[in-house]
Amino acid sequence: MDAIVAEELRKSYKDVQALDGLSFSVRNGEVFGLLGPNGAGKSTTVRVLTTLTHPDSGRALVAGEDVAQHPNRVRRKIGYVAQDSGVDWEATGRENLLLQGRIHGMGGKHLRVRVDELLELVGLRDAADRVARGYSGGMKRRLDVATGLVHRPSVLFLDEPTTGLDPEARAAMWVEVERLAAQEALTILLTTHYLEEADRLAERVAIVSQGRVVAEGTPDDLKRGLEGESITVELPEANGRLADAERVMAEIAGNAVVDGQQVRARVPNGAQAIPTILGALDAAGVPVASVTTARPSLDDVYLHYTGRAFSEEDKEGGA
Amino acid sequence: MQLLRHTWWMVVRQARNLGREPIWIVMMIVQPMLWLLLYGQLFKRVGAQGPSTGSYIEFLTPGIVAMNSFFGGMWSGMAMINDLDRHVIDRFLAAPTVRIAIVLSQVVRAGLTAVVQACILLLVGLALGVRVHGGVLGWLIVLAASALLAAVFSGFSHGVALLMRKQASMIAVSNMIGMPLMFLSSILVTVALMPGWIRAFAKFNPVNWGTRAARNAVLVGGDWGPTGVYLLLLLALSGATAIFATWCFRAYQRSI
Repeated sequence: MDAIVAEELRKSYKDVQALDGLSFSVRNGEVFGLLGPNGAGKSTTVRVLTTLTHPDSGRALVAGEDVAQHPNRVRRKIGYVAQDSGVDWEATGRENLLLQGRIHGMGGKHLRVRVDELLELVGLRDAADRVARGYSGGMKRRLDVATGLVHRPSVLFLDEPTTGLDPEARAAMWVEVERLAAQEALTILLTTHYLEEADRLAERVAIVSQGRVVAEGTPDDLKRGLEGESITVELPEANGRLADAERVMAEIAGNAVVDGQQVRARVPNGAQAIPTILGALDAAGVPVASVTTARPSLDDVYLHYTGRAFSEEDKEGGA
Repeated sequence: MQLLRHTWWMVVRQARNLGREPIWIVMMIVQPMLWLLLYGQLFKRVGAQGPSTGSYIEFLTPGIVAMNSFFGGMWSGMAMINDLDRHVIDRFLAAPTVRIAIVLSQVVRAGLTAVVQACILLLVGLALGVRVHGGVLGWLIVLAASALLAAVFSGFSHGVALLMRKQASMIAVSNMIGMPLMFLSSILVTVALMPGWIRAFAKFNPVNWGTRAARNAVLVGGDWGPTGVYLLLLLALSGATAIFATWCFRAYQRSI
């Protein structure tokens, strides 16, 4: 049975089409990544699946329950770690967890033991009885994760779990998620706009662009689906020749995309194409700072399916 | 049952969080006392206004109880804005929280705070020579009026908070509505001294209902008919503002 099924979800806010026929499914026990830039529709998708918002049309099942027909049944089976921390700052870590457990109908010794176990799991045992206002960003995030797990949900939603964390805290969170996936027999839906995060944590990913899933599969499958290699030509800083370089490379490779000071193209064989491309750039009088060739990365996959460089779109994306 | 349980745990949460703010506790205790002492001094020469007694402080004490309860309720929505800003509400909504408990707990908290403050005010009043002529029943009626006034305006305040979602807007609205309601009531001066148009308006002012109920319990301690009507009106109105707040909560949910 699939833990999550989203079928043709549509949702618009005033003049923005946040979801535009988005569909995907997540198998039981899987770590699944929704990948895309800010504003692609990831958070809206999670809000629909966690019963916080209603889609205009489409259907969604979570843990076997329809989110529109039985929202409370869904709520009992899911843990939700929102993009923005939901920690009660004036309460201690322990009190945050106890209240969440009580909302889920837990109590007594059973709850106390579970809370101790979770504080231990996310490394907050020593800080458990301190008010959360004094926690670091990473500690608040880990408390959020623990809060989502109190009632032993079968599906955990992690919406951008590492956004805003420093590299060290991010690495710690990755280890955390990997351990949870192994220990708690959970299905995890993770949204991220970090390619490396999806590559590392997710068994399968869906690439979301403008409210639709444009590709779905394991990171390796998606990479393998792209034939050939990518060539990246970097020009010296701001010399106004990017457009020329793009035109030259597009003539040779049949595709080219500008990303910052770089132009990227996919070719069947990198080693063979480099001399041709360099020769043509030289003939056109375009200076070149460096050329690299690489096997496709998830970045290239993203570029391929959305027609835009990931970093570029991410910069433009709204909230 | 679940509604009561969830409401209870959320009241516990709010009370505990507030209890961690020493400055809040000090303000909660000191502020009503300041009002009582300052207004008491300021209007001392105005002298006897009540129908049955000579001291202004005895007249004023139930008025300050009402004023304090109504202001407390009026500002209680700020806590909701704080919870919205911190995304605590979203976390509750993604869990099987009984929706009404989220709003109801805030109203109950405002009511309880008002009752505690009313007790402090009455005790200070006793020290200043105030006599509660209604005895034990009188005390209960003052506390009931206090809790109901806080509940009425807390429901209203939470509705406004959920519609505005910004502290600055909330402060503007609370001041704009709160100040007139206070001066168009008999908190500071007796109805007999009011100009006709204010007297007419005061009849429909819930702040005035609570003031008159509390004042009758302190000054007269009998003739409970009108007092009962005022309390029932406040009870009905607190139901109405709670429904308003719940409706605003639904509007908030639809907007996210």
